[in-house]
Amino acid sequence: MWSWVGHRITGVVIFIFLLVHVLDTSLVRVSPEAYTAVIGAYKNPIMGLGEAALVAAIVFHAFNGLRIIAVDFWKKGPKYQRQLLWGVLALWAVTMIPFLIRHLTIVFSNFFGGH
Amino acid sequence: MSTVETELPEPASKIELPAHLGGGGDIPTFDITLRVRRYDPEFSEESKWEDFTMTMYGTDRVLDALHKVKWEQDGSLSFRRSCAHGVCGSDAMRINGRNRLACKTLLKDLDTSKPITVEPIKGLPVEKDLIVDMEPFFQSFREVMPFLINRDHTPTKERLQSAEDRERFDDTTKCILCAACTSSCPVFWTDGQYFGPAAIVNAHRFIFDSRDDAGDMRLEILNDKEGVWRCRTTFNCTEACPRGIQVTQAIAEVKQAILARQI
Repeated sequence: MWSWVGHRITGVVIFIFLLVHVLDTSLVRVSPEAYTAVIGAYKNPIMGLGEAALVAAIVFHAFNGLRIIAVDFWKKGPKYQRQLLWGVLALWAVTMIPFLIRHLTIVFSNFFGGH
Repeated sequence: MSTVETELPEPASKIELPAHLGGGGDIPTFDITLRVRRYDPEFSEESKWEDFTMTMYGTDRVLDALHKVKWEQDGSLSFRRSCAHGVCGSDAMRINGRNRLACKTLLKDLDTSKPITVEPIKGLPVEKDLIVDMEPFFQSFREVMPFLINRDHTPTKERLQSAEDRERFDDTTKCILCAACTSSCPVFWTDGQYFGPAAIVNAHRFIFDSRDDAGDMRLEILNDKEGVWRCRTTFNCTEACPRGIQVTQAIAEVKQAILARQI
């Protein structure tokens, strides 16, 4: 059940991000200066951590989505659902660890390095 | 059952062997606290927890503890049970947050150092204490036509079936209609119109029966907004089933049968 709860929560998080993302991107049509100002405002460590959380949510949602497809369409999917979930979490960790190292280095070096 | 020759003259429980002769000795006892969710609409609209403490044996089940409360402490405690041996499916309840049969749950397998919580199963209206109104559950069960429909001439002897054909739906014949699966489903908690895993399991039992002719009708019934597509594969039902039925697997097979039929 918790994989399902996680899938729902990450789904809502991604939806909210997309909503904001469409809004801020469409701002470029209204006024490129306003767009630049808004995008510039994202360049702080809090947004950096938010981006990390967003990527974590998307990666989980993507891999778990593949697991759900396997459960629905692969004959042995329901039998191995638990192993598939461990696979999802392992892939999630494998994807997230290098990403976080690179991403957080950039975020914090920009902030503390006085870019 | 296979070791008829070595069968003891009396049931093993009646012979008390001391420990040094290979017997278990005295049955261990322990004190437990049973925390029961009480509800009696004649006195209060609110349900509340009530604790009962008692000494139980290592061989006792949650049902024995409930009996002890009802027979020795508080006769107003209400719960369903019939066979008390995991066959009739009357005493499904939420024990320590998991749906199980009280008659199949040994106290020693639970954490007896903490209170053991016993609640009615979720998603169905509570009538009193641990008794819920099963009517919505049985309504869904009836809607999938859980009986053999065969338009051929009635044979004079049994309808033969190959072992392979029988095997196809063997898992779903085990259902005892205890509602542990349906009342563990988060979709059913929020949407009482959903057929629920138990109804789909019983539809599966006939859809994949080679002797049955109404599989298409059942697939049509379950191809509903409130049918199999409500299943979000949370696997709660599979974990709750006291008979070990692979419920989510059965639902997935019905989904696939509906898709295969439409192509």
